[in-house]
Amino acid sequence: MLLADLANPTRFLALAGRLIPWLAGLTVVLFAGGLALVVRSPADYLQGETVRIMYIHVPAAWLSMLTYAVMAVSALGTLVWRHPLADVAARAAAPIGATFTALALVTGSLWGRPMWGTYWEWDARLTSVLVLFIMYLGLIALWRTIEDPTRGARAAAILILVGSVNLPIIKFSVDWWNTLHQPASVFRIDGPTIDPTMLLPLAAMALAFTVLFVTLHLAAMRNEILRRRIRALGLTAAGAVR
Amino acid sequence: MITSLGPYAGFILLSYGAATLAALGLTIWVVLDHRRLKQTLAALEARGLTRRSARAAARIAPETPMDAKLETQA
Repeated sequence: MLLADLANPTRFLALAGRLIPWLAGLTVVLFAGGLALVVRSPADYLQGETVRIMYIHVPAAWLSMLTYAVMAVSALGTLVWRHPLADVAARAAAPIGATFTALALVTGSLWGRPMWGTYWEWDARLTSVLVLFIMYLGLIALWRTIEDPTRGARAAAILILVGSVNLPIIKFSVDWWNTLHQPASVFRIDGPTIDPTMLLPLAAMALAFTVLFVTLHLAAMRNEILRRRIRALGLTAAGAVR
Repeated sequence: MITSLGPYAGFILLSYGAATLAALGLTIWVVLDHRRLKQTLAALEARGLTRRSARAAARIAPETPMDAKLETQA
């Protein structure tokens, strides 16, 4: 099963059609549970109620990177394994990744103004995430510019892999440089430094956001396969007219 | 438990509003795109345009064991 079987777009469409309604329902349940935990979580001793922005900002920031990592694996699938759905997966993920990155930037600014006294600072973390957002927009533009999907897939895959250098820069920017942004407080070698009363709602919201991403990605991949079928039929029709 | 969102309530509400807008925006985009693509594909197929694999499947269909058996019985 899995990769080899899913290489068949028709089989993938059937599987996606069965999974998407269940995943959509699970997303709603997880968000309801996550938000209930957020409402019950305490205010921070220093930040007060403003800490509640964290439950949106951190999952959005994680997903901005996870989505790009998915695209990087897909790019390898395009260039190395020539998997038929690899470019479909990368192309479908890009608008979702761009949206989560924009959300991380916006909520970060809205959190930064009351806490740091500024909406924006050109520090390493903020700037590297802005570069990630620009990368997403550049890739979307590249796919739209190149008419031939095969050529577009190869060019985009190379650009995605070059851009993946930015992922460790984002992750370790707070350790390598002096930044206004705080260092990691969840994924640390010595364990999370965040209090369990806040860690649990954060984990619940991160899970809800992740399942939302999986649902949207599957649905967007299904759309991309249909778009390619329509293009192929259009070319067949054009050939028949000629 | 939240009793009041404090002096920065506007920033908190704007953040959750932006997240709602992003999640709903993506969902609506995916659903509407799917509906439009299905309609376009159905219109093309109604004009007699089918994929090569679908045409091959249609040609193979009568040669399945069950069809062969039915043809023999007929």
